[in-house]
Amino acid sequence: MDEFDRHLLNRLQHGLPLVRDPWGALAEELDCSAERIRQRLQELLDDGTLTRFGPMFDIEQLGGAFTLAAMTVPEQRFAEVTELLNNIPAVAHNYRREHAFNMWFVLACPSPEGIQHSIAEIEALTGLSVLNLPKEKTYHVGLHFPL
Amino acid sequence: MSASISRSDQQLAQQLITLTEAGMPLVADPWAWMAERMNLSVDDTLALLQRLQDTGAIRRIAAVPNHYRLGYTFNGMTVWDVDDEHIDRLGEIVGNLHFVSHCYRRPRLEGWRYNLFAMVHGLNAEQIEYERNLIRNQLGDACRADTMLVSTRILKKTGLRLAAQRQEK
Repeated sequence: MDEFDRHLLNRLQHGLPLVRDPWGALAEELDCSAERIRQRLQELLDDGTLTRFGPMFDIEQLGGAFTLAAMTVPEQRFAEVTELLNNIPAVAHNYRREHAFNMWFVLACPSPEGIQHSIAEIEALTGLSVLNLPKEKTYHVGLHFPL
Repeated sequence: MSASISRSDQQLAQQLITLTEAGMPLVADPWAWMAERMNLSVDDTLALLQRLQDTGAIRRIAAVPNHYRLGYTFNGMTVWDVDDEHIDRLGEIVGNLHFVSHCYRRPRLEGWRYNLFAMVHGLNAEQIEYERNLIRNQLGDACRADTMLVSTRILKKTGLRLAAQRQEK
């Protein structure tokens, strides 16, 4: 990761400009060619530095729903339960955390009913109970990593 | 919430989610790529994206960095049991700290006493511990208990996969 990468990723975290020639506009801002930007982004996607390029939707504005949920998974069942959860499309993220609740996951569904359905499905599949912690109020969302 | 998004835009947005949820190719003309697949003109596509962005249905069109690969290998979910009377005022203050990426109020449940969640990120363990202390200072006596849940492994990180769920029905 060099100076150019840092500028490029910092800029792109704010979004592609909605103009007719977005790469041209970025190229002008970053003082390089549009081809170089696209080529470098492709390399960063290929090596896993970037995970996805595209529109970032707020699905709650479109009728969808999210929740944060947790489970206490016995250590000897951890791998098995991870695999069960990871095969469920509604599980968007899943993290192991150091706590009695050791598995924390985000459910993202096309509708609020989908959340209840997914939780019931997870409880049935794993035999474990799910702690469902939907947000009641948002104070801040802004994932921006200064590079 | 979505009153300002028309029904037809809602439908177009659903198509757009299906089209792009695994990511868009880095082609020279991304709007033409979308337009062709959405059966719209390029101008209509760009206008649609602008409306969806203005109403908040699209936050931005961007590249999602893998923060682990960028050196931000430490993330801590700090959770706090904050006096209900003060949580909204304090939540705003904590959310405004520059190192907090997400900050929410969530319910207290049986076996779970913490109602304020703030996600912090850092390059090492000392940094997130330091950030946690700064939050503690802001909360003062209004906080009765807290802990930090450090993430030790990403088990899954695919983001949205709505199309697959619709097909299941």
